[in-house]
Amino acid sequence: MAKRPLLGLFDSADRAADAGDALKKAGIAETDYDFLTDAPYPEGAFGERAEHHRLYIYPMIGAVLGLTSGVMLTSMTQMAFPMVQGGKPILALPPMAVICYEGTMLGAILFTIFGILFESRLPAGKLGLYDTRITQGFIGVLVHCEDAEHGKVSGILSSAGAVEVKWENARAATA
Amino acid sequence: MQEGRALTPTEINRDLLRSVLEPPKWFWPVVVILTLWVLVGVTVSGIMINRGLGVTGLNRPVAWGFMITNFVFWIGISHAGVMLSAILRLAKAEWRRPATRAAEVLTIFSLMTALTMPIMHVGRPWRVLYWVFPYDFARGIWPSVRSPLVWDPSAILTYLTSSTLFVLIALVPDLAVLRDHTTGVAHRIYSVLSLGWQGNARQWKFQVIAGVLLSALILPVFVSVHSIVSWDFGMAASVKSWHSTIFAPYFVIGAVHSGVSAVVFVMILLRSMFGWQEYIRKEHIDALGRLLIVVATGWFYFLCMEIIFGLYGREADEVAVRTMQFMEYPWNVLMIIFAGITYFLPVALWLPRSFRRNLWIMSLACISVNVGMWLERYLIIVPGLARKQVFTFTWQTYMPSITELLLILSTFGLVSLLLLLFSRVFPLVPLYDIKEGEFLRAKVQVGRSTVPATIRED
Repeated sequence: MAKRPLLGLFDSADRAADAGDALKKAGIAETDYDFLTDAPYPEGAFGERAEHHRLYIYPMIGAVLGLTSGVMLTSMTQMAFPMVQGGKPILALPPMAVICYEGTMLGAILFTIFGILFESRLPAGKLGLYDTRITQGFIGVLVHCEDAEHGKVSGILSSAGAVEVKWENARAATA
Repeated sequence: MQEGRALTPTEINRDLLRSVLEPPKWFWPVVVILTLWVLVGVTVSGIMINRGLGVTGLNRPVAWGFMITNFVFWIGISHAGVMLSAILRLAKAEWRRPATRAAEVLTIFSLMTALTMPIMHVGRPWRVLYWVFPYDFARGIWPSVRSPLVWDPSAILTYLTSSTLFVLIALVPDLAVLRDHTTGVAHRIYSVLSLGWQGNARQWKFQVIAGVLLSALILPVFVSVHSIVSWDFGMAASVKSWHSTIFAPYFVIGAVHSGVSAVVFVMILLRSMFGWQEYIRKEHIDALGRLLIVVATGWFYFLCMEIIFGLYGREADEVAVRTMQFMEYPWNVLMIIFAGITYFLPVALWLPRSFRRNLWIMSLACISVNVGMWLERYLIIVPGLARKQVFTFTWQTYMPSITELLLILSTFGLVSLLLLLFSRVFPLVPLYDIKEGEFLRAKVQVGRSTVPATIRED
């Protein structure tokens, strides 16, 4: 059966962390619930799962591609119109290095941006279950569970101190 | 660094979104005035394109004048963004929080403005495409990568692209706040721009990493940009007083000096315009003032070294230019004014703590630095070119025309207008950064005194 989301809103970080503990205790998988906040809380503030990523590879790939583009641009354009200037070699390394450097950095930065968006799963097609109070300081605990578990999860969130529990078809249970 | 009272997320949203959701009454009249100011610049640009560079004071040998001076000046201002945002972010300096976005946005707008200057300076702007971009597949003629005038756009465009993306990535969480606080068309636009941001742990983790990683990547670009701008001059072997190996670090630190001063002034303006006294506090201006003393002194050291390096070789041509700079009117008077208003006056004003916390005095000191730094670029460019040729009958001085003057003045209007329009659409102080600072706030009891402190995550 498909899992559907359920959102509990909390007015304090402690209560949201308690809800996380209670969900774990009730056997809800760590990958099935998430904490939505309006600011970056310190890692592990809610006892949430550790997020793994490979972001550091992106700038390296970008840098290599950028450097390659820089080398090709500077060497191929100079070879295409080989005019000697000031008795210097056609492919003079110091000036080529400047363009290659900028190409390397641009490639690294563009790929980092791409990596950040990809790893953050952005842009997300649909916002999903959400509450605008999250950007006013409330903490949302978003749980994905099967319909049969909705009652149990809703109870866990309410007893942890949720000010409201809502699910996708907009039915809400106010604590 | 925690002098203000504790703020709730609702208060932060209300105050920092005021510029977007409830613009003050003066907003549109000021926008109209600034637009008219910019239109003056557009008009004189049109006249310049129509009539040619003859309407300027440029001549042989002084082929670079006010426009190139202004170009270097705005490139310098653009260095504030990375200086404050990247370095302070990497150093985890708590007082960076209210300053980063304004500094980054100032970077983008001053870079864009700087780019217009050499484009106008060439007289026929459309020809820039030929000189800079490698696109001429038909004739096989390509830009010369051996020219610093090609290095320059490659560095500036890299910096502009990076800075813009840096700002946009950091804006996403705040755009989500705007999405949640708007309705109708505005809501739909902010929904698209916020990319479906929810604020889950994974998104925040990458937002934090993005800040650090992009800061580390943009820093080397920031250093390269003004180094390369300095090589526009330093690589010119025929111009005495320009051909110096110290130019790159000297330009970089000069850019930081003028850029950070500009950011301080912009922050003071934002504080009073939008009533952000709780966010841009006197302690932040104080901290920036202390930083500026160090930067200014570093810059002054390089200024002295640049002069000593020039004179040390005792080359007749070089000594002639220096003699002109220091002994001949009006250059000698301008040199004294320049040194006074760029270093001695502002540093004297930044030394006492009470002055650093007086916003009028800080504004005066920061404006003084920027007038001085503009003058510095002028005093580098014009005297060097005035004595470029060996024969005295080819020596020439430079007097800017009214066209150039109006064009240069309009660039200040343009940057102000762009900043103001940005503040109408996006928050100029990062909300999530301020909120994070709020919940990391603490108080430590030491003996009988309570010390405000910040919990720092490593």
